[in-house]
Amino acid sequence: MSNKRVVTATINEETAEFLCEPRQTLLEVLRDSLNLTGTKEGCSNGNCGACTVIMNGHAVVSCLVLGVEAEGAEIQTIEGVSCDGSLNEVQSAFLEGAALQCGICTPGFIMQTEALLAEKSNPTEDDIRFYLAGNLCRCTGYDKIVRAVMAAAEQRQVTTG
Amino acid sequence: MADTKYSWPTREEAQIIGSRRNRLDGMEKSTGAAKYTYDVNLKDQLIARALGSPHAHCTIASIDIKAAEQTPGVVHVEVLRKVGYEIKWQGDLIAVVAAESEAAAAEGVTNVKITYNEMDVFVQDAELELARKAGRTAPAGGKSVTQVEPGDDDDEDEFVEAEIQRLYDASPHKLEGYYGIDAITHCCLEPHGSTVQWKDGKLLAYLSTQNVSGTDEAFATDLDMTSDDVEVRCEYIGGGFGSKFAADYWGVAAARISKETGRPVKFMLSRDQELKNAGNRPSGYLKVRIGADNNGVVQVWDSQHWGTAGVRGGGISQSVIPYVIQPPNYRRKAIGIKTNNGQARAWRAPNHPQACAMTQTAIDDLARVMKKDAFDVFAANLGNVANGKGDVYLAEMKVAAEIIGWKDKYHLHGQGPSKGGVVEGMGLALHMWGGTANSSTCRLVIRSDGSVESSCGTQDLGTGTRTVCAMVLAETFGLDLDDVTVNIGSSKYPMSGASGGSTTVGAVSESHRRAAQDALQILFEKVAGQLSAKPEELVAVNGAIHVAGDKKRMISWKAACSRLGVQSIEVSASHKRGDASPLSNSGVCGVQMAEVAVDTETGVVKIKKFVAVQDQGLVISPKTCESQIYGAVIMGIAAALYEQRISDPATGAFVNAELSDYKLARLGDVGEIIVELYEPESERQRGVIGNGEPPAISPVAAVSNAICNALGVRVPVAPYTPQRVLEALQGRA
Ligand code: FES
Ligand code: FES
Repeated sequence: MSNKRVVTATINEETAEFLCEPRQTLLEVLRDSLNLTGTKEGCSNGNCGACTVIMNGHAVVSCLVLGVEAEGAEIQTIEGVSCDGSLNEVQSAFLEGAALQCGICTPGFIMQTEALLAEKSNPTEDDIRFYLAGNLCRCTGYDKIVRAVMAAAEQRQVTTG
Repeated sequence: MADTKYSWPTREEAQIIGSRRNRLDGMEKSTGAAKYTYDVNLKDQLIARALGSPHAHCTIASIDIKAAEQTPGVVHVEVLRKVGYEIKWQGDLIAVVAAESEAAAAEGVTNVKITYNEMDVFVQDAELELARKAGRTAPAGGKSVTQVEPGDDDDEDEFVEAEIQRLYDASPHKLEGYYGIDAITHCCLEPHGSTVQWKDGKLLAYLSTQNVSGTDEAFATDLDMTSDDVEVRCEYIGGGFGSKFAADYWGVAAARISKETGRPVKFMLSRDQELKNAGNRPSGYLKVRIGADNNGVVQVWDSQHWGTAGVRGGGISQSVIPYVIQPPNYRRKAIGIKTNNGQARAWRAPNHPQACAMTQTAIDDLARVMKKDAFDVFAANLGNVANGKGDVYLAEMKVAAEIIGWKDKYHLHGQGPSKGGVVEGMGLALHMWGGTANSSTCRLVIRSDGSVESSCGTQDLGTGTRTVCAMVLAETFGLDLDDVTVNIGSSKYPMSGASGGSTTVGAVSESHRRAAQDALQILFEKVAGQLSAKPEELVAVNGAIHVAGDKKRMISWKAACSRLGVQSIEVSASHKRGDASPLSNSGVCGVQMAEVAVDTETGVVKIKKFVAVQDQGLVISPKTCESQIYGAVIMGIAAALYEQRISDPATGAFVNAELSDYKLARLGDVGEIIVELYEPESERQRGVIGNGEPPAISPVAAVSNAICNALGVRVPVAPYTPQRVLEALQGRA
């Protein structure tokens, strides 16, 4: 359509340029234009957390961000989390701790956990339950997710000293 | 080839089975690489969105799609319902718009112009008298059993009436109760939908389905082709819970649009359409009177229940009332109510969770009125359990009680201390399920390079099916999980039954173990001579084949397979549902206990601790097995405390059909959950039994009973929201 804009953002540490209509959400752009489908769509109205990405250091639900708002932003999606093809501490903790079942909520949980750990490297169980309360898991792995986040925090402290 | 004797290794022999392995697809899922139906993007694909009816009951007066077709970006408008069609629930899909982008499709939908003739609505499923007046009820069966049978000259109904009354009057302990549970929705995080591609007379359908092998036919019939020309694929699925067995009219509509436009089409339901159309669990409300002896053993049960499964009526089957505990004398009667809600679909353990919530609450109330420990009253009734497994229930009750600390913490109903208005309580519930293995076929290839590859048209709902298949193969061949390749999720693979009713783990364990044992037998025959042994003397362990009891006479797996040359071993093995087998079984119990804290000022209920003890025969993969139970328990807690479909009585509108208003449990809402797999040798020897459903049954009743134990008063209808808790407390005052 004629009113498409060119948007430039840094996505997973690489410059990305995309065309987007002002009405398109960041979620739609990520999934449909850039084929970054690791970011999931559960509700399109900010209530499930499946679409969580990190934008300029903050966790956001990408279904409530417009694509054009990404201009100049630094964005990290689930595809940018693991390094060198191996799982990072959070991903491993989810896998080892059986904190995923169907797994469609998992990328959102992992991104929200990344944001939590960036803010608080040693969260309490209450911190975790509060901080991740916006993410829905229908299957549901909540109990194991809490334990996985605790294990990830511990592991990250060991690795980063 | 000699007939293979199929069996499982003993606990001591097993290397992989029963070990705590990570799920096979965890890497893909935690990196975002796993492609769900919603994630499939095909070249040139159109995105489809649909218009649902705003009214719960109406006929379509006119349809005008001109403006929609002219909307920029819109490529095709498919009308699903004709003028004059009677819509019976809000959200029923009327037209689908396929466009170049999601936004364009959404705009196109707003430009579809429909007029309606509204009709009367009825959605008050809890109100039996109102339903009767509205002409919405229909008998849904019943049954009476009395120890004393009517004589030849007796009118049966009159006899039963008199006998039930006599038994009730003669009972030293009596109870009259009302219990209920509202309808909830499946609410899969990945909505129903598909991405389909019609090309050269063939259809490829990526479908979010629990039934990879059984949905091709529906596409084929509608598109006038044979099912051989349809491939249904589902590598990953974001939840199903019993609601995703069919291609559905929206899936078929997507295929039609693809055929019409010559372009791939992605059509996933929006969240509110998912909640309104794609599956809900029937409601149930029950009035009962029971009479018990001085030990709390129920002697007579007399109930009537009603509820709705949606537009076609129905409700909770009378066959599971009263649930698990089945007194020697009972009369049950069911009434179905037709409402203007979407039709129900199977939901984890159809009928059982509601039956449990409507009847085991009465057993707990009996303990309340008798001023007895609920554990003792449930235990006293174990001589009358429907599946005859009283001993298993008792053993599991003891395990659960030990874990939750029942003896130390239990107090009689309403007798616990109040700390700042907060009272605590404990409750328990029992459940039962079948879990027969479904039919399944596995094709297996062993190649000369030592590789092992299986194909099976089953699906992994997140339950761990893939992992179980790999564990069974690896165990049989003495290999590790990385050494085997498991292919599932396509209708082009050999048929395997739909994943419903806890039938999958049994099904795939059967077919994969059989195929693996058959293939191994062939390999043994090839290498036996070299090891100067008979084939039946050989075993495969730790990456090698050797003579049992003589590890020196061995050959590595790779070396053994290299003898195959160009002739791979290729076998196919099947299990047919219902056939007796040493590998699988059916019939499980399960006991759950809840500990809650209730704030008597706000009515808020918090789960403190929840214990689930579950038997399921032989456990192949403990980690994924436990995950099923955790998940089921949390879903059950959500149904107990939060979830309900709320319909507006005036308009029939489903008013909370978004995740903002349809309340599910969140991370902070579930307390400590402890899962215990009950697998003594007596259970393990029975073979594999599915456990997807059973642990989803008891939570509502266990939580209800814990709340009643805390408050001393019953909150009759689930979900036990703060408002309902306060109303129950005020009722007592
Ligand atoms: S899709 Fe964004 S919060 Fe649900
Ligand atoms: S694992 Fe299925 S929704 Fe969380």
